[in-house]
Amino acid sequence: MTFITNLINGVSLGSIYAVIALGYTMVYGIAKMLNFAHGDVIMVGAYIVFALTSYAGVNPYLALVISMAACTLLGMAIERFAYKPLRGASPLAVLITAIGVSYFLQNMALLIFGSQAKSFTSIVNLPALTLAGGKITISAETIVTIIVSLIIMVSLTLFVNKTKPGRAMLAVSEDKGAAQLMGVNVNATISLTFAIGSGLAAVAGVLLCSAYPTLSSQTGAMPGIKAFVAAVLGGIGSIPGAVIGGVLIGVIEILSRSYISSQMADAIVFAVLIIVLLVKPTGILGKKYIEKV
Amino acid sequence: MALLEIKDLEVNYGVIKAIKGVSFDVNEGEIIALIGANGAGKTTILHTITGLIQAKKGSIVFDGKELTKTPPHKIVSMGMAHVPEGRRIFQQLSVLENLKLGAYTRKDKSEIASTLKMVYERFPRLEERKNQVAGTLSGGEQQMLAMGRALMSKPRIILMDEPSMGLSPLLVSEIFDIIKVINESGTTVLLVEQNAKKALSIADRAYVLETGNITLSGDAKDLINDESVKKAYLGE
Repeated sequence: MTFITNLINGVSLGSIYAVIALGYTMVYGIAKMLNFAHGDVIMVGAYIVFALTSYAGVNPYLALVISMAACTLLGMAIERFAYKPLRGASPLAVLITAIGVSYFLQNMALLIFGSQAKSFTSIVNLPALTLAGGKITISAETIVTIIVSLIIMVSLTLFVNKTKPGRAMLAVSEDKGAAQLMGVNVNATISLTFAIGSGLAAVAGVLLCSAYPTLSSQTGAMPGIKAFVAAVLGGIGSIPGAVIGGVLIGVIEILSRSYISSQMADAIVFAVLIIVLLVKPTGILGKKYIEKV
Repeated sequence: MALLEIKDLEVNYGVIKAIKGVSFDVNEGEIIALIGANGAGKTTILHTITGLIQAKKGSIVFDGKELTKTPPHKIVSMGMAHVPEGRRIFQQLSVLENLKLGAYTRKDKSEIASTLKMVYERFPRLEERKNQVAGTLSGGEQQMLAMGRALMSKPRIILMDEPSMGLSPLLVSEIFDIIKVINESGTTVLLVEQNAKKALSIADRAYVLETGNITLSGDAKDLINDESVKKAYLGE
């Protein structure tokens, strides 16, 4: 029975990774860059909710909406001021810039909120669920996380495949020049992608801190990297791949923690990345490029 | 007044002068061929017209409006479509999704539907394969898709870059027949081709481009009999 509880907790943590990985994978698909500052946007989103609820007494759900809006703007600003001037520059320059943005956000948080970790109050205020005659107890955070993540994944998939801006994203991710010839505004599409990814990061941050209630300037770093592993595992650039990768990483992490070693859990997650890169570098659902002569 | 007028156009790739002061014009209803060897600058000219490359000097006036300062995504809604070299269809999207992207800037759904019907009538094979992933089409079908996608914007002028590239002689003839039909139904065509013989056979007028300069121009039926053109481009 504990195995089922562990599995559900793994899926829940994995759903958070999946939501973060969606941001990574969408940005990679469209701007062909790894936005390593993405994990820190999670932290910013959580801090905004924390500050609004703890210092200003704002309703937690309203705080979440404000935080999403703020992170959306933050994501667009990061793209506009840090990455856009580097369009066409070497990938290494962009990568270093992303790491710079990451440090910038972490140190801003350190400056504003100090180095003392904050205790985050869960915004989920529901009783835990007890199943199988009390043998399985699942916290409300776990269930809410899974449901919210599921809604996000389904709506994002629908958005990308069924709406005009979504199709524009697919077009830009495949061929920027050809997309422009269709009348797609590439800059606006890239900006939109950062906006969506960062808005989702705020949700991920709040879900994460509701389940694991310690908030510091480093909060986003590790989940960000694990979500990156998830995106690579699923096949970077692929939306369903990010979801599968995220859930897998979450489950692997929780099961390793419970049955192998809690110290080794992270090492096992990264070992998975190494194995995937060795065996199938494109990831589970990685794009197969169709070569035509 | 010409529909499209290019004047003293200069384009650089870094320090290399790719286009060194080219002028030509395209009148409404014409098929204009731009012929020349590989590397003469034909594709560069088309890319500069639709804004994928910035001009260094000179002007490109389409329907009275200057294009050199217009962002590329605004150009298609002005009535200009570009079928790029190598087709550049969206390989991972379906045929129908590709066609819908061709109508990206258009708003009226019923008008788009009637254009789609027209494209399907012209290219029945695209309708048969509308749900197929575009990357799995044959070369000829991909060329048809690229042309159909351009037609979805209901353009006044289509720029076509090497439509014959990589196709069998039979398919080349089919593609050129379709270009002729597209033109007869009222769309102006600017055609860039290495296959000079085919291009001159359907064009009204033509310009010969050599290493960034126009060296010869005139009626297509005169150029096809011109000794120097015959020697250099027609292999006779």
